[in-house]
Order: sequence, then structure tokens, then C-alpha cells
Amino acid sequence: MNGREVILGKVRKSLGGGHNDAARLAAIEARLARPPKGVIPERGQLDDKARRRLFIAMAEKVSASVKQVKSYDDVPKAVAEYLRSRNLPAAIRIGNDRRLVKLPWTSQRALEIKHGPSDGDDEAGVSHAFGAIAESGTLVLTSGGDNPTTINFLPEHHIVVVDAKDVAGDMESVLSRLRRKYGKGEMPRTLNFITGPSRSGDIEQKLLLGAHGPRALHVILVGG
Amino acid sequence: MQITSPRFKQNAREALADPQLQKAMGNVRGGFIDKRQAAIDALPEFDALRDNARAIKDHTLANLDLYLEAYEAKVRAAGGFVHWAETAEDARNVILDICRAAGARTVTKGKSMITEEIGLNEFFEKNGVSPVETDLGEYIIQLRGEHPSHIIAPAVHLNKEQVEEDFRRVHDHLPAARDLSEPEALLGEARRVLRAKYFDADVGITGANFLVAETGSSIIVTNEGNGDLTQILPKVHIVLASLEKIVPTLEDAAQILRVLARSATGQDMSVYTTVSTGPRRPGDPDGPEEYHVVLLDNGRSSMLGTEFQDMLRCIRCGACMNHCPVYHEIGGHAYGWVYPGPMGAVLTPALIGVDKAGHLPNASTFCGRCESVCPMRIPLPKMMRHWREREFERGLNPATARGGLKFWAFFAKRPRLYRLATSMAVPVLSLLGGRKGRFRSLPLAGGWTKYRDLPAPESRTFMQQWHGRETSKQETGGKQGAAR
Repeated sequence: MNGREVILGKVRKSLGGGHNDAARLAAIEARLARPPKGVIPERGQLDDKARRRLFIAMAEKVSASVKQVKSYDDVPKAVAEYLRSRNLPAAIRIGNDRRLVKLPWTSQRALEIKHGPSDGDDEAGVSHAFGAIAESGTLVLTSGGDNPTTINFLPEHHIVVVDAKDVAGDMESVLSRLRRKYGKGEMPRTLNFITGPSRSGDIEQKLLLGAHGPRALHVILVGG
Repeated sequence: MQITSPRFKQNAREALADPQLQKAMGNVRGGFIDKRQAAIDALPEFDALRDNARAIKDHTLANLDLYLEAYEAKVRAAGGFVHWAETAEDARNVILDICRAAGARTVTKGKSMITEEIGLNEFFEKNGVSPVETDLGEYIIQLRGEHPSHIIAPAVHLNKEQVEEDFRRVHDHLPAARDLSEPEALLGEARRVLRAKYFDADVGITGANFLVAETGSSIIVTNEGNGDLTQILPKVHIVLASLEKIVPTLEDAAQILRVLARSATGQDMSVYTTVSTGPRRPGDPDGPEEYHVVLLDNGRSSMLGTEFQDMLRCIRCGACMNHCPVYHEIGGHAYGWVYPGPMGAVLTPALIGVDKAGHLPNASTFCGRCESVCPMRIPLPKMMRHWREREFERGLNPATARGGLKFWAFFAKRPRLYRLATSMAVPVLSLLGGRKGRFRSLPLAGGWTKYRDLPAPESRTFMQQWHGRETSKQETGGKQGAAR
């Protein structure tokens, strides 16, 4: 007998038998088909403007920095300004996300742009978020050629562009949007919820930024 | 890992006499408790979320077989593999086979208590595979040849001077004159050293905080980002998770996530919550080419349907140990195996046997703080009491303790006799206690009075005092009774 049958057999025996219990099966299928939402904190349930304000406040609380710009065309300038303000080389790594690729990068003449996944030598990477969560100041990113996951973790500085329209109140709203995009029960290879820059408290419980992931997380909020 | 739980008493004595440990434990007593409280005060729905989190896990455990099957089907549909491991040995062998098939010499590891439970690092080293812990705390204790003393803060028992000493010893290719006096410098050095290892590794192993039946995903929660680098850079990603990590849907995970980080570190969300589903997709420029999940039972299925089932709701936040007065004094290593503190006092006897771990559920004053802070509302003191009962039933306590209990039980089961005996004994003891009202030593209770004095009883028994109170209440018209 293989491990699978042994383990499932033990679980069923402990639960008191009943594998063919149609009612149990119906109950779990119903739950998987229509996930109950549970308790949604009031905190994020706000109108558009207040929700974006909360997102900014929560992101700053976890040591991210936030820059608001009016339109996508302002993003290259905001990126260049960030790099200058941190004394970083004028170079970024981006994926193939059309919302990023088509921006007027040439307006920033000195800026070097590398495409594709990060090789670990990038000082700064730029990603486009799938969305954001106001309740906790969290960014939501999906893997793929558009925004390779390595850009979220290897560069020292991670710059994330997010459309103000995609700032949700709570995680559940983002999950509903994901289902609409990828199909029910389907997921991208990696879904990252990112709340502030990397940190560790492992030495004497003193919280320090920049453990293994980016030392700094900069959000560019477009519109709104 | 060698089990030292049977010598718990000796471990605890040594811990209490260890000045480095006592200094480091001050960081637990301070930090965790206040941060948790602040995060909870800022979320009015916290208790409602706890109730729902408990309901989600209870529902899942009651249907665990069905959810495991649904989960497995989704993992396979996404191109991943599921391996079922009944025992620690099965899990070690499956993992080694996957590593060998990948030709792996170096394996990076995200933080995982289950890999500690199955003794994976020692097994790897015996079999020519070199494991590299990447969580900063885990890395430090790996350099020291130690094991975690806390489930989310593995190096909490150490001070920075000890870490500096280890880094100087192991990173001997770096200039000896470098300044490592501050934690920032230590973190920076570990970051640089480990960066190279992520790229060298052929296989990355992580644990899982949740497995999602709806999507076949595994979820890890970290602050450092080491778990992510561990799983996206090597060509093979192995997830090792125990059966009870299953939740039905992503929404269910979202509910529990809200109580997890707050209870653990006082954060609203940990920095990185990562949902992984299968290997890299066509067109993906990064991510692992193979995705394996090793589902470990190792005794969990036998806890289902027993008085210990509630323990399977545990999400490993560490709040119980952060609030435990016993843990505060002795740290995690004294518990003698992987899981310390109150959750360890309940889980360890279930996994290695109450004959070896019987001291753990006894090392509690039943103050109840662990249960009061548990986000999953696990009745930890009640379950420790169940272990004490089992220990007694199996005759594992020392003869004096058993004799004493039997002696007491004889009277306790005969209330009239009990009252008569106590009404005679109490005034005598009260008198013997003298002006100080305490005993420095007592015959047959030397073990107890060795470390503290026994307060002498007041001059009357509880029943006598109670009768007195009832009588005086009636006389004053029972007003006190309405006060609360």
C-alpha cells in the first residue's frame, strides 16, 4: 500500500469513517465553488479617495515610500528622480509589461533600461502591480514575462507602479479580481503580497531593513 | 535531532543558570507582547476573525480527507507533484530522491519547523547534500550547530556578541579588522554571504503556512524574502508541509493571515506573503522548473478525533510562548525537542510520546495566558491536563507523586472525611507556620520547597470561610452578590 492510501485511510478512520458521505462531499464542493467571504475589517471599506489615502498611510507605516503622479507619462520622471535622490546609478530592470514598456522613457536620457528577469546585479527594478490593498498597505504582484518575480526580490531597490484604480480595500476584493482574470481555481505561478521592504528582527529582536530582499520599496501611485 | 525532553528538569536548571540566555530572553519579555497588543487594539474585528479562523480550521479538519484529495488534484493539474509521507523517514527519503534526481549538491532552505521535525539537515549531511539555511536566525544557529529555540525567532536565545563570534569564525575569508559590533553589520554580512548561495543551489526547500485546496497552492509568510529567493532561483522547489496546513480557499487563508502576523510579530501583514502554484509556466522567465509537495503525517492523523484534535488548528505564530512565564525563564532549548512553549508542551507528547515528553505538560502553572492569546483559540491548558491524565493512567509519574495523589484522592472522594481532616489539619499547620506564615521545608515535599516556601494556611478552611461569608451576606441583604 502506498503512503497516500495509508494516510487517507488513517484520517478517515480517525474521523469515524464516512468516505462516501455524499453530504460531506457536497459541503466541501459548495465551499470550493463559492468561497465564503468571512469577516472583512471596516478599516478598508472606504470611498475611492479615502481608500487611496489609507493605502498610502499604511504603506508608509511599514517603511515603503510613496510618490503620487497624475498619469503614466509621469512615471519615467518619477523613477529617475527616485534614483537620483538615493544616489543610485541611472539604470533599471523591467519586464515586458506593456504598461511599463510603452512609457516615454526616452524623456530621461541618461536612464539605462534592461529587460527580463533580474540576474542579481541590478540596483533597481521596476514592476507593475496587479493591485494593492489599502487595509494593510500591501502590493499584489503576479509572476510571468510581464513582471518577472526575480525583480521583486533581487534588486536592492524595488520600485512598484500601481494604478490608483486597482487599490482595493481588502485582500478578498483582490482575490475576486484574480479569479476573473485567471479563471476559477487557477493561479499564476507566483502571487506576491508585498508589505514594505524586506526586514529581519532575528538579532536581538531589533528590526532592521534589507534582510534578503530589497532594502527599499518605492511605490508610484498613478492617477486618482 | 537528539531528544532531551526526558531530562527537562536538568535542562531547565541549566537554562536558569545561563547568564547569556537570561539576558537574551529579556528581548522576548519586552518586544513581542507589546507589539501584538498594539496591532490588536487597532483592529476591532480581531476577535471575530479569531472565531472565524477557528471555524475554518474545524471545518477543514472534519473534512480533511476530502480537502487533501481536492488539493492533490489541483497541484497535479498545475503540473506539480504530491508525495505522501507517513513518517519522518518516508519524508526524508522522498526529499533525498528528488534531490538526487536533480543532481543536487547544495540545497537552500527557507525557514521550516517541519524540516527540523524530520531532522532533514543531519540526514542531508550524512548523504552528501549540503543544506544552507537562509533565514537569518536559522543561518546563525546552523553555524553554531544548534536548533531553533523559538518557532518564529530561532536565534532569540542569542546575543549579538555571540553572533559576531560565529561570523568571525566561519566567514574567515573576510578581513579580520572589519567592524561587526552592530546588528546592521551582521545582517549585511549574512546578506552578502547568502546571496551567492541562492544562485549555487540546485534545489530550494520551503515549508508552508497554508496549502489551498481550491487552487493547489502553497503559501509562505516571511519578512526577510529568503523563502522567496529559495523557491524562485533553484530549478527545483520542494514544499514540505504537514497535513493540517490545508485550508479550503484563498479567502479562508486571507482570514487566518489577518490573525497570524498580528499574533506573531504585531504586524498587520508580514512583508512577504507568497502564493505558489505549480512549476514555471510557458513564457515565464523565472521560477522553478519542478514543483514538489511532500505531505507529512508523522502522527497528525492519530490526533484527529481525539481530545488533541484542536492542536491541529495551530498556525505556529508563537504567541503562546511569547506570553508564557515558563518559556520566558528557560527559553526554548530546555523543552528538549523541536517545539517549545505551551504549543510544544501539547504537541511534543503527541509526536514523540508522553513517556519521553511527560515533563513538558507538567511545566505549567495553568495561568492560561497561552490560551487567552492563541489566535486559533486552542485550549492549551486543557490539553496539557489531558496529557497529565494520560501520564498518570500509564503509571509514568514517580511513585511519590502517585502515592500522594492517591492519598489525596482517597479523602477528596469522601467529602465529610475531607472536611473533618482539613478542619483539624489547617489550624495545626497554621500554628506550625509561625509568625512568618510559611514553611521553608516540609517532609515528603522537599522537591517543592527546595525552590520556594510553602505558604501556611490561614486559620480556617475554605469551607469554613465560605460559610462565614454566606452568613454575613444574608445579614447585609446580599448586596455584594449584585456587584458583578
